[in-house]
Amino acid sequence: MMIIVAEKINTSRKSIEEAVRKRDAAFIIRIAREQAEAGAHFIDVNAGTFVDQETGCLRWLVETVQSEVDLPLSLDSPDPRALSAAIRLHKGEPMINSISLEEDRFQSLLPVITSHPCHVVALCMAQTSMPTSIEERVEVGSELVKKLTGAGIPIERIYVDPLIQPVSVDTNMGLAALGAIKEIMQKFPGVNTICGLSNISFGLPERRIINRNFLSLCIFSGLSAVILDPTDKQLMTALLATEMLTGRDEYCQNYIEAYQNNRLI
Amino acid sequence: MSEFQVLSEAVIKGDVNTALAETRKALDAGSNAQEILDNGLITAMNEVGDKFSKGLLFVPQMLRSAKVMQECTKTLQPFFQEGDVTSKGKVLIGTVKGDLHDIGKNLVSMMLEGAGFTIVDLGVDVHPDKFAEKTGEVKPDIVAMSALLSTTMPSMPQTIEALQKAKLRDSVKIMIGGAPVTEKYAREIKADAYGSDAGTAVNKAKSLLGID
Repeated sequence: MMIIVAEKINTSRKSIEEAVRKRDAAFIIRIAREQAEAGAHFIDVNAGTFVDQETGCLRWLVETVQSEVDLPLSLDSPDPRALSAAIRLHKGEPMINSISLEEDRFQSLLPVITSHPCHVVALCMAQTSMPTSIEERVEVGSELVKKLTGAGIPIERIYVDPLIQPVSVDTNMGLAALGAIKEIMQKFPGVNTICGLSNISFGLPERRIINRNFLSLCIFSGLSAVILDPTDKQLMTALLATEMLTGRDEYCQNYIEAYQNNRLI
Repeated sequence: MSEFQVLSEAVIKGDVNTALAETRKALDAGSNAQEILDNGLITAMNEVGDKFSKGLLFVPQMLRSAKVMQECTKTLQPFFQEGDVTSKGKVLIGTVKGDLHDIGKNLVSMMLEGAGFTIVDLGVDVHPDKFAEKTGEVKPDIVAMSALLSTTMPSMPQTIEALQKAKLRDSVKIMIGGAPVTEKYAREIKADAYGSDAGTAVNKAKSLLGID
């Protein structure tokens, strides 16, 4: 079954930004609970828009969500300092979102992720450039997997993010991501691949349609974890149907159960 | 209606064949290159930018139009005469230190070029000192910075500081943009303008230089 990281608690959403600013715990808890009930395995928390107050906001989010919802969180920031502060407060084993090959980011996060049990998102971003082809993505992903396993992180806890780039700018970007997912899954048995869905549709109309269809293709390519809004019923229906069609739903149980619980749309 | 309406429409539609044919036709009919550039091509790209900002056109359409304009400009190149004002101004652009994202920066560059600006693109992960050094060298009218991460936004005020130190701050206008960047942030760091998208960036650049 696909590992679902629920994306809604992100301060780039206006309502979340406001709730964090006002320290409105009830609102944040409600969003977390809705996502948990919709099938999330991790609740992502991101306070990136607060810039220099990001660390404080992230800490508050960790404490607030975990006070009421019994799920691990995905601590989401490009800033190693915010992540190290948040991981210390977190109960259980969080997902660290994310590390990359960028030297500063890698070096400052490595001691943090090796001293706390956690899941690690390894973003295919190289030191000096963003990969464009399948080959570049696989190369950066492989180096990350090797470095992380070398540092003692079990391969099952590594989630390679192939770095999704918009098809609006280059129509090969869909295939580049899908090909990378497939190759990385084949090359490193046991590793996970993960991605968000919205970057693919930047610059295009009706983005939800694009995101939903991209999810199906990702699943077919072997994606094992995904960052999305699990309260989006159409998206979750596409996920269940595609998992079933690709042999990832024994006896079609998840799909049928979703139907019986009125969750298909 | 402009005498280059068919040309403009072809640029907006991204129809390279018609646009090139119309460009040649206009040259043959005796129009001068400057006129074709201003009233045929740049006019069209302005409309593309406006429609994009309003959500009526999308990124691939904008890219296609920009490409058509580039092709037509190549055809015009040998026909520019001395004294033609082929550039509306010079923009030095780059993604700030620590940040490797180039898509937004490239879209802005392309639309500025479409509006008749000359672009000097420093690429990604551009150190504040590099911005300052190049500003001294190429003497741009505008320095434009992009950041896509909240963690790299502080490189923007650092770059402004580097320009101040080099005593170049007052000789340029500063424009910023990128997903986490806001109008408010632009004011805080004393940048001169904020562009929320590629179309808006062009309008801001024009008003900074008092064009239109």
